[in-house]
Amino acid sequence: MVPDALNLTNVHTFYGDSHILHGVSFTLPSGNVLALLGRNGAGKTTCISTIIGFLKPRQGEIRLFGKRIEGFPPERISHLGIGLVPQGRRVFPSLSVRENLVVAERRRRSTARPWTVERVYDLFPRLSERHAQFAGTLSGGEQQMLAIGRALMGNPSVLLLDEPSEGLAPQIVAEVGRTLGRLKEQGQSIVLVEQNRKLALEFADSAVILNTGRCVFAGSTLELLEDERIIEQNLGVYHGH
Amino acid sequence: MQFWIIQGLNSLSLGGLLFLLSSGFSLIFGLMRLANLTHGAFFMLGTYFAAVALRSFEGLNIWITALGVGVTVAAMGGLFERLVLRRLRANPLGQVLVTLGMSFIISDACLMMWGGDSIPVPTPRNLQAPTRLFGFVFPTYRLVLVGCAIAAAVVLYLLLERTRLGAMIRAGVDDSQMARAVGIRVSNLFTMVFALGAGIAGAAGVLGGPILSAYPGLDADMLPLALIVVILGGIGSLPGAFVGSFIIGTIYTFGTALFPELAYIILFLPMIFVIAFRPQGLFGRVIA
Repeated sequence: MVPDALNLTNVHTFYGDSHILHGVSFTLPSGNVLALLGRNGAGKTTCISTIIGFLKPRQGEIRLFGKRIEGFPPERISHLGIGLVPQGRRVFPSLSVRENLVVAERRRRSTARPWTVERVYDLFPRLSERHAQFAGTLSGGEQQMLAIGRALMGNPSVLLLDEPSEGLAPQIVAEVGRTLGRLKEQGQSIVLVEQNRKLALEFADSAVILNTGRCVFAGSTLELLEDERIIEQNLGVYHGH
Repeated sequence: MQFWIIQGLNSLSLGGLLFLLSSGFSLIFGLMRLANLTHGAFFMLGTYFAAVALRSFEGLNIWITALGVGVTVAAMGGLFERLVLRRLRANPLGQVLVTLGMSFIISDACLMMWGGDSIPVPTPRNLQAPTRLFGFVFPTYRLVLVGCAIAAAVVLYLLLERTRLGAMIRAGVDDSQMARAVGIRVSNLFTMVFALGAGIAGAAGVLGGPILSAYPGLDADMLPLALIVVILGGIGSLPGAFVGSFIIGTIYTFGTALFPELAYIILFLPMIFVIAFRPQGLFGRVIA
């Protein structure tokens, strides 16, 4: 049996003295997309930061294809196969578009068809047009494409996307959506944090809802869509306004 | 006229030396956010090593000496970073104090080994004869030194701007946490850049030797100049260090020649204006 791509068990994370994640557990089967949902401050970004190694959990286990990775430094976690598209995009502003991709290039023996600069340009032709431009001068949408391309250059087995549609115009959000669809078709395992619930649930096979650092729902997307009470209570959607 | 031309050349050669010194300082600060107060001591160490080597071995080439000393000081710097500074990464004040302490240790060690008298470093024999150009007489070695600084600037620029390693270093300067998340081993880059900066400072000490001589306090004379250059030019910016070096070289040379009693005022005044009105320096970016 193939081990799950990513598995969190009872993860507790503190930010200074504040206890942010209270025993978060979820599983991402290989090739699936998992939507991580919740209101602002629910702990979604803390959860992502813990997986990538920006924050060390005080307790709990994180496994990548069965191998424990919790507490490792971010560069090691990246080498082991987790790619991050962070909140706010965080492209390297003083590097050109091409350099942003090149510095993140990481070959992995197990990948049949590795990501290259050219393949990222195929996915986002706009980046190819702007290859020599400083990343700091790109539009928000272009920076988002670059952040996704940069994460793919590491040939990650699990891709973490933290609010990829935040602050983008609707047609760019649609393009990000199309990209997610293509990546999913190619079998990329993805954890997707989104405020845009529609976008998230369009692609996700399963969903996890966090509320004040605790998992209040973990199940398939269909189950979630049938349970309006959970959605209303935890995602702040109030009908009738 | 001869006075202005010669002082102009002196400005350029001091500027060249300052660039070699401050480029490393600026790189280290840009990447590691660490004000390395040992930098002047690395320079002085280079000068003493050159004095000893060139006086002991007749006919030893100054360029080979600069290379050898550069590599030696780079190794010392790399070890210092790995063994000491790395443990203090989360403690910037501790790092500054340790680098200051290290500079005291190095300067006392030099005093102990080589005494309090200044030791001249011989000018290479084939560069001793003055160069005559347009009816003016120039000290050849200083001209060559300016050429060295420009060559070093070009090499450093190409390394930083045209190689993958350089792009990784700049990525680390931009956002070191994100650089780690894309798999860049930023702590190895820290060691590499620290060693590189120390090595360039050591080599600069060798090349500056024939002009400055090795003497106790050379480190304390050079370090403030490097600090001013970096603040003026913009921290972490190589072009900033280049332009800033020649500006400060000129101000310092003419200041000491024309108004010796006001030299430090003339030197520090522009820095105060820069800090007050353009804190990121001439070429620096605003750090978010």
